[in-house]
Amino acid sequence: MMRFATWKILSILAGTLIAILLVIPSLLPPDLREDVLKHSPSWLPARAIVLGLDLQGGAHVLLEVDANAVTKTQVENLRDDVRRLLREQNVRLTGGVGMQSRGVQLRVPDAAERDKLLPKLQALAAPIGASLTGAVSSFTINQGSDGLIQLTLSDAGINDRVRRAVDQSIEVLRRRVDALGTTEPNIQRVGDDRILVEVPGLQDTQRLKDILGTTAKLEFRLVADPGANPADIEDLPNYKSDSPGTTPVQRQIMVQGEDLTDASPGFEQQTGQPVVNFRFNLRGGQQFGQVTSENVGKRFAIVLDGKVVSAPVIRGAIPGGSGQISGGFTVEEANNLAVLLRAGALPAKLTVVEERTVGPGLGQDSINAGKTAFYVAAALVLTYMITTYGIFGIFADIALAVHILLIFAAMVLLGATLTLPGIAGIVLTIGLAVDANVLIYERIREENHAGRSIISSLDSGFKRAFATIVDSNVTMFVAALILYLFGSGPVRGFAVSLGLGILTSIVTAVTMTRMMIALWYRAKRPTKLPI
Amino acid sequence: MKLLRLAPENTKFGFMRFRRWSYPFSAFMSIVSVVMFIMVGVNFGIDFAGGTLLELRAKSGTADLSTLRRVGDNLGLGHLEVQGFGQPSDVTLRVGLQPGGDPAQQAAVAKLKSAIGDGYEFRRVEVVGPRVSGELVQSGTLGVVVSIFAVLVYLAFRFEWQFAVGAVIATMHDLLLTVGFFSVTHLEFNTTSIAAILTIVGYSLNEAVVVLDRIREVMKKYKRISTADMIDMSINAVLPRTIMTATTVFLALLALVFFGGEVIKSFSLAMMWGIFVGTYSSIFICSPILIYLGVRNETRDAPVNEPKQKPVQTTKATA
Repeated sequence: MMRFATWKILSILAGTLIAILLVIPSLLPPDLREDVLKHSPSWLPARAIVLGLDLQGGAHVLLEVDANAVTKTQVENLRDDVRRLLREQNVRLTGGVGMQSRGVQLRVPDAAERDKLLPKLQALAAPIGASLTGAVSSFTINQGSDGLIQLTLSDAGINDRVRRAVDQSIEVLRRRVDALGTTEPNIQRVGDDRILVEVPGLQDTQRLKDILGTTAKLEFRLVADPGANPADIEDLPNYKSDSPGTTPVQRQIMVQGEDLTDASPGFEQQTGQPVVNFRFNLRGGQQFGQVTSENVGKRFAIVLDGKVVSAPVIRGAIPGGSGQISGGFTVEEANNLAVLLRAGALPAKLTVVEERTVGPGLGQDSINAGKTAFYVAAALVLTYMITTYGIFGIFADIALAVHILLIFAAMVLLGATLTLPGIAGIVLTIGLAVDANVLIYERIREENHAGRSIISSLDSGFKRAFATIVDSNVTMFVAALILYLFGSGPVRGFAVSLGLGILTSIVTAVTMTRMMIALWYRAKRPTKLPI
Repeated sequence: MKLLRLAPENTKFGFMRFRRWSYPFSAFMSIVSVVMFIMVGVNFGIDFAGGTLLELRAKSGTADLSTLRRVGDNLGLGHLEVQGFGQPSDVTLRVGLQPGGDPAQQAAVAKLKSAIGDGYEFRRVEVVGPRVSGELVQSGTLGVVVSIFAVLVYLAFRFEWQFAVGAVIATMHDLLLTVGFFSVTHLEFNTTSIAAILTIVGYSLNEAVVVLDRIREVMKKYKRISTADMIDMSINAVLPRTIMTATTVFLALLALVFFGGEVIKSFSLAMMWGIFVGTYSSIFICSPILIYLGVRNETRDAPVNEPKQKPVQTTKATA
């Protein structure tokens, strides 16, 4: 008890000092923070604690990739591939290539042709190189009677595809959300087929959802002539919901949005109407120029996500690869459309499965409520400890203050997010940190009452309580850990601060208090225990 | 300075006498909790039930609940729950899960928003689709079950198995009674409540471990007295600490209830209840089990087993 090495004291003091430096930026008001950080030396920590969306306000949207749509696209691609092979190999079929929910089937009556075709199909199924996720063959081939060949997409193939769709979507979403001009959006994959988008400070979730939920697949197709073959025609609805009706367009896609290099909102010179200006790359520009020159006088439909935005008449060839989309937009619609086109199309439709928005007013109220609760709780506990344990209570209070400081410092260091339940967790660890001190002090009293000397009571009080503290804290820590592993969002925030609180409480309540009592004992040489 | 002592010194209270009462009482309370949960259920928040929650603040300063109710009922979204809270300007609206999957929830919230109009500030919007809520239920339950199991394993390593059984039964008891508490009070049960339940589990175990720790220690020291007396002695020894800690945590929670805001109120209230049942069960449920499971005989008759327990706190300081 008496021996407390100088290096230990110094390292505790140093640790506390570092913690104070880590926490200071978070305590400054935001505008002052910028100023101070600019003028402080670069080795000082400059990060403020990250506030959760529930505290700073903002939007949290969980999106899901439509696995069915991904599968459907895959089946369509497979069908196209098979058709191309059939053409190349000159294979005759009975009937066409039939589409099923998870694959395609075809009937090749001629055995020789079948033998010729099958290896080609096998080659199609083989994975393109070995990817990082391991080789995944995308479909299996089964042969039935009468030359029936079934190609069925494998689960692994579909999952792989969904995963890639999610990755691709994250890239597209990032470009889209960045265009909103908000600070530090967080876009990340959750599980196999979900994407979490968190935008701090954003209030207009409808705009966010519009931007996230639109596939933005742009196509240019010719409006069908009245006498055209019905098989080549598709009736597409109009984009603007206030103009009902459909437009018949050709199935064939003349130019695709993939070839766009830029899009920006603007105004039409004559009418002053909001429009979207776009520019194609070389390939798209050539196609666009060719189609427009060959079809002067016809109507050219601009199709977005299967809906006709507008169908202007082609007045002349449009070379140079740039053009304009007009469709009775508002300024905001033109803006959004430009953002979407610039960022590119999503590989599949995304559905909003969860949405949580907290307005900035509520966030600020929550911070204030949390602060008040924190101060009141701290004041109550600190007072209670002093009235119960006197000078030892003051030691415990100092340890408690450092304990809280360390939690915040650890959160800054780890970049952990402080949420409202997190504040609740910290308030709770106040009670638990005190528990460690209580266990020690009560033990000291007990030993002292049993007739031990002061120094021996202090010593065995710490030693014996320590085992209990470890046992009880480990059980609590296990609970916090599992909460973190299985919880999500706010529950995780709670688990983080609870877990950190348990770890730091062992350091502060045991080691720091011990140090203070040792120093106190050396200075005072008391003849009677003050508790 | 005269120091405050809440707990009396050197108590010799016969806690184990109550085991004939505490078990039937707790069994009854547990059954009531389960019956309440089945018959009445708990007030699931949208995290688990799915649906839409809007928190509004009237720009005029007073929320017009009846108009909101009428507006909402005309939308055909099913039952609309309108509830004022805190200040007169604040109100929450809640509609249940809409049939038709995730897009239907989005359509519902858009409808609600446009019907409510500009008179209100939208302070919070939460939409939880049917699949997500199902998964939240799953992961929440899983979290509770796994944590209890993990703790059981830890305790079985650190103590004799009887101790682990006692701690886990006490924890289950607290868990059931907490569910009963949610059922009776009709406090909203959401993901934060899961956090509360897990914290109660943690606290309850914390209490049980402190008591069990002392019992183990006393058990090694006094070989002659009866198990019941020995447990009584241990509980009385840790009683000052139990009261002290319960009071500090209670004080902290009191601050949360009164000043922490609406969102964590149900969390804090549940935790308060948890402190009560956790303390009760560690004394009256967890400890008496040792008598029934005969923890004593094993250590006395087979002292060979004893060194297996690593004697952490046997280093005696020289007086």
